[in-house]
Amino acid sequence: MGFYIVQTLTGLSDASSLFLVACGLSLIFGVSRIVNMAHGSFYMVGAYLAYFFIDKLPQGPFHFWIGILLSALAVGLIGMIVEVFLLRRLYHAPELFILFATFGIVLIIQDLSRWLFGAEDILGQQAPGLSSSINIMGSYIPQYDIALIIIAPLILLGLWLLLTKTRWGILVRAATEDREMTDALGVNQTWLFTSVFFLGSFLAGLGGAVQLPKGGADLLMDLNIIATAFVIVVVGGMGSIPGAYLAAVIIGELNAFGILVFPQSTLVLMFLVMAVVLIIRPYGLLGKEEAPEHDNAPAPESIIRPASRRLKTAGAVFLAVILALPAVANTFQLVLITEIALFALACMSLYFIMGPGGMVSFGHAAYFGGGAYFAALMVHYLHTPMELTLFLAPLLTGCLALIIGWFCVQLSGVYLAMLTLAFAQICWSIVFQWGAVTGGDDGLLSIWPSAWASNKIIFYYLAMTLCIGGILILRHFIFTPFGYTLRACRDSALRVDSIGINLKRHQWFAFSIAGIFAGLAGGLYVFLKGSIFPDEMAISRSFDFLFMVLLGGVNSLFGPIAGSAAFTWLHDTISRINLWQLILGSIFIVLVVAFPQGIAGSIGSRLNKYFRDPA
Amino acid sequence: MTDQKNNYLLDVTDLNSFYGKAQILFDMTLRINRGEVVVLLGRNGAGKTTTFKSIMGIVKPRSGKVRFKNKEIQSLPPFKTCGLGLGYVPEDRRVFSRLTILENLEVGRQPARQGRPAWTAERLFELFPNLAERRHQNGGNLSGGEQQMLTIARTLMGNPEMIILDEPSEGLAPVIVDQLAATLLKLKNEKVSILLAEQNLSFAKRVCDRAYLVYQGTVCHESTLAELDNDQYEKYCSL
Repeated sequence: MGFYIVQTLTGLSDASSLFLVACGLSLIFGVSRIVNMAHGSFYMVGAYLAYFFIDKLPQGPFHFWIGILLSALAVGLIGMIVEVFLLRRLYHAPELFILFATFGIVLIIQDLSRWLFGAEDILGQQAPGLSSSINIMGSYIPQYDIALIIIAPLILLGLWLLLTKTRWGILVRAATEDREMTDALGVNQTWLFTSVFFLGSFLAGLGGAVQLPKGGADLLMDLNIIATAFVIVVVGGMGSIPGAYLAAVIIGELNAFGILVFPQSTLVLMFLVMAVVLIIRPYGLLGKEEAPEHDNAPAPESIIRPASRRLKTAGAVFLAVILALPAVANTFQLVLITEIALFALACMSLYFIMGPGGMVSFGHAAYFGGGAYFAALMVHYLHTPMELTLFLAPLLTGCLALIIGWFCVQLSGVYLAMLTLAFAQICWSIVFQWGAVTGGDDGLLSIWPSAWASNKIIFYYLAMTLCIGGILILRHFIFTPFGYTLRACRDSALRVDSIGINLKRHQWFAFSIAGIFAGLAGGLYVFLKGSIFPDEMAISRSFDFLFMVLLGGVNSLFGPIAGSAAFTWLHDTISRINLWQLILGSIFIVLVVAFPQGIAGSIGSRLNKYFRDPA
Repeated sequence: MTDQKNNYLLDVTDLNSFYGKAQILFDMTLRINRGEVVVLLGRNGAGKTTTFKSIMGIVKPRSGKVRFKNKEIQSLPPFKTCGLGLGYVPEDRRVFSRLTILENLEVGRQPARQGRPAWTAERLFELFPNLAERRHQNGGNLSGGEQQMLTIARTLMGNPEMIILDEPSEGLAPVIVDQLAATLLKLKNEKVSILLAEQNLSFAKRVCDRAYLVYQGTVCHESTLAELDNDQYEKYCSL
């Protein structure tokens, strides 16, 4: 009995820090519509800074709590600086570009933390006076856990008072609902946004700081917490602070008890709970259906036209160059070009759901890595030949996308994107934690093509055939009635609904098709590299794909190919340098600030005229 | 006036506005004197709403000038335009549905202007008795007429010298339209200048002094409402 009470209390205390992070994320998103990927980094910085402050402050009865508060304030300040100097310039840029800027911050903070605090995991200090344990019917719970259990509801109450009883809170709620109208009523939202950013970052920092005595600090905290925070926001209901608490408690309890059932991965349980909640209440436990945005509708995407004669000629020349390449290129270059082709196929599948489908996936690596792992597992355990593997792996990935997609298409926009990221992170953690089967961090090795294709040149032709074929098939889909319907779904859900088209089914189908082709790319990747590691499924891989698509431009079909070539080259060049994540992050930010309307978009529109048929 | 500056309260000159590549306003020009109630009459899509959004700064005009109290405001953001004393009541009302009536009013609250008593929630509840009973209810639970009253009240909380109302009578029951007309006349007595857009001519005739007929993004005809030429109205505005 005591054991169960202690597990319950442990779950509640875990929930506290989760709640702090999730409600900060939710507040910031509500007002600014920015999905702040760096929120998890703020949480991590909160933990590191708290360790630093508690270490440096003179010992006393309060130095622990003062350290925690100082760290939260410092993180709030960092958030404010990010808002004032970076995000404020970007409010009119497309959502995805802002997302990239915040992901750039994630990379920068990641490398800076490694540099400042070291790569070693840090064990947190204990709170003075709260370092012993309480005996509950024979089981023990740390006193500090009880303190955490009390903190979260107090903060919930404080936030509730702030949001309902102060003018600031009323303005924040008004801006969350309708920014333009709030503006027209004379409210200068600049300071409102900045203060919300401060509060949200403060809460993230506080979340990281208070969990220090329990979990310490490490460099994986940032992306681990952000996926959990997305799940909490989705489960609790967007913009609902009490919902965030409720969801945090559910997830916290789930982790506390789930560990008894599924010691390998409690994230599987998180997946199940999220699934059940989304089936019963698509807008989350305490969420309401989103009011339609009043902001001016985004500029319509440029119309995708079938290839002109000139473009077809250009394509044929391109194809000829690819066929002739093995005659001039060395093995290393061939492998690099094969890799580019694989990424181009994966990008094309992402573009397929993002561009015509209008569904942004933050977790496309789940299908690329999924295909790769399905292939690797089949070869490793069943010794299937390459040909069969390359046929089955995409199909299995398609099934995975079918399952994940069903949940994702229940939502739309940013919420859909959050969900894809959460699912991808769950897939990653299964692969990462289930070491007995997947090899965990060590990956799966020695997976080579069949004998006839083991020559790099032959494998090059095989990969090119499959990739170009896949890209052309995806392209063909865009010009079928199915593709037209998909674009109609993107442009006006309401109108599509009223002429009797089942929007969700089309989106679901598109999602699964994209999964199949990403899975094919992943399967080929395993045979190209001969091995597979969980990194191929990680969040940063998903963002690589997104970045490739954005680099190439969302409005053109050649975009994914150009983007993957440019990105793979860039990555190959800088990843040999120390602190390369810092450089990559800075490049993200500079590109987004310099070209808020899209990089290839601006170049592409200039090039476009050369490929148009003469009138 | 002998000065180069004129004495109009609001002076809109040669405004050209676009949505993307589509030009909506073509040299839109109109002038409102202090204390006047002026109406823009025109069909759907004539450019009335775009004119208002351009005046407020919600849409940035590509060229032309907007002067309010002799100050150029065409490049100001909406909150600054509002701060100068220009209140805006949008067409689709845009009540904050998750805020109570009192909270909706609080969002609109601005400091009082010199020489005028500030609007308070209590004074507004005298003007709109229906809202008083429901002050703690969420905006989303109000009827269309109540929402229209709430948006006007919310804008008045900013103590504007002039308010811009976009089709206030649209979609309201006739008895509510009567109340609305009475309210606007009370505001006129309080020396609030009013610019409104309408398609309801009889409503406009009850409250307005002067009319501009708007057709295809520009003003085609101007006259007092008493002398409004029926042929001109039929030509540009009738449906």
